[in-house]
Amino acid sequence: MIATYTRRELMVVAAAREIRDGEIVFVGMRLPLLGFGLAKATHAPNAVGLFENGVIRDRPAEDFIYTMGDPPNIAGAVACLGLNDVMSLLQQGRVDVGFIGGAEIDPLGNLNTTRTSAGGSLVRLPGSGGGGDIASLAGRTVLIMEHEPRRFRERVDYVTSPGHFAGRHRGGPATLITTLGVFDLSGGRVRAVTLHPGVTPEQVRQATGFPLAIDEGTPPTMPPSADELAYIRKADPDGFWTGDTMKGG
Amino acid sequence: MAFDQLIAAGTVAKVIAAWVGNVAGGSGYGFRRAYEQGVPRRIVMEDHSNFTVGLALKAAAMGLPFLPTFTGIGGDIVRGHPRIRPVEDPFGGPSLLAVGAVKPDVAIIHVQRADRQGNAHLWGNLGLTVEAAFAARRTIVTCEEIVPEEVIRSDPNRTVIPGFLTTAVVEEPGGALPSSVQGYWRRDFEPFLRYHRISRTLDGFQAWLREWVLALPDRQSYLQHMGDDATRRLRVQDSRLAAAANFAP
Repeated sequence: MIATYTRRELMVVAAAREIRDGEIVFVGMRLPLLGFGLAKATHAPNAVGLFENGVIRDRPAEDFIYTMGDPPNIAGAVACLGLNDVMSLLQQGRVDVGFIGGAEIDPLGNLNTTRTSAGGSLVRLPGSGGGGDIASLAGRTVLIMEHEPRRFRERVDYVTSPGHFAGRHRGGPATLITTLGVFDLSGGRVRAVTLHPGVTPEQVRQATGFPLAIDEGTPPTMPPSADELAYIRKADPDGFWTGDTMKGG
Repeated sequence: MAFDQLIAAGTVAKVIAAWVGNVAGGSGYGFRRAYEQGVPRRIVMEDHSNFTVGLALKAAAMGLPFLPTFTGIGGDIVRGHPRIRPVEDPFGGPSLLAVGAVKPDVAIIHVQRADRQGNAHLWGNLGLTVEAAFAARRTIVTCEEIVPEEVIRSDPNRTVIPGFLTTAVVEEPGGALPSSVQGYWRRDFEPFLRYHRISRTLDGFQAWLREWVLALPDRQSYLQHMGDDATRRLRVQDSRLAAAANFAP
């Protein structure tokens, strides 16, 4: 049988696979939130999640949540501390992996979520949130992006969340998950690890505003299993975060 | 969203924040109009990450001029920042950044319960609430319930603000809506989506301002305007009580 899943569901699955069992995870909103729950439910039952509002959870929220402060993310938490407490743990080096989203990215994994003039006129974006802190202080980071040429730039206008640079305090960008594939960023350049089913190297090159490495025979991203899909659809029943249908095969 | 509303209403000259947007959709259109076009007035933006905001408030709460940190190194937020400067470790460790204190004139915080002296119990989502209350020159506590002081004294570890820091205490049930209050109110997500749509244009924002702020003299009329169905749906009816803690001497 050919499973049908959305591109965002595939991205959630890819995010979950970046979490190793027993790791301390700085969880972001949207897709990483579902990815953390999925990892817990499958291969990483002992992972612990830190949320920037101070919440620490070792099991996913029981109901759908829009934001990390929503009541179902508080009920059943291990602890509800303050922002400075979890940020202090991050600064100590206690966090293995953190997730960050961005509006623009460059080959060094610098993310811009502050302001851009890429489209000709100045556009103000919401800002760092916790992104800049996770980028600076997590053991490694996983970046999540829409894969569009205007977002993949040789140099971003503003470095909100620093990528690789000389004298880096810690880790830096390890993996980039996009709407088209999964990429390795650890070497300070972008190299395709897997391309999502049906996506061609040419399509990726055209959607990327800088050169990137796609080896001959780069494998397809492994599609979600039935169990993985079942989990995601239970956690996001109306497809609020994971809608946008893509037929996979 | 609250930032966006204050900015769009023209009441803000300067923003010190890590993130200004709408949890429903990202962009805050009022913020964008002010920042990009100076409409309805120019604003000065002091960009931060979550942790540097937290440290700025914590420094003020501790009575310190600044706190040092490793966050933000290598990024653009801290470059030429009026409140973040490089600092040497007097003990010979690596260089850090000093984040200058932010001492608010007034903090307004909403808690579950407080007594008449303003001793406040708060649980669930904490974020930077406690730092803000400690840092501010004046702190206004709004609460779901004013309770007898014995209730507060029965669980002193849950008191996050001692009454002598509280300038005024206000009983205002639903005072945090449309945001949630653990054990009292669920998040009302619809207004976040609605505001995101309507605030896309200045006319839309002004219509929102008239309907939801200017036409409503107090919080009670706000709740009435929401409608009985909405308030009934959002009010938490069930109980999930914490285990009692024994304080017997």
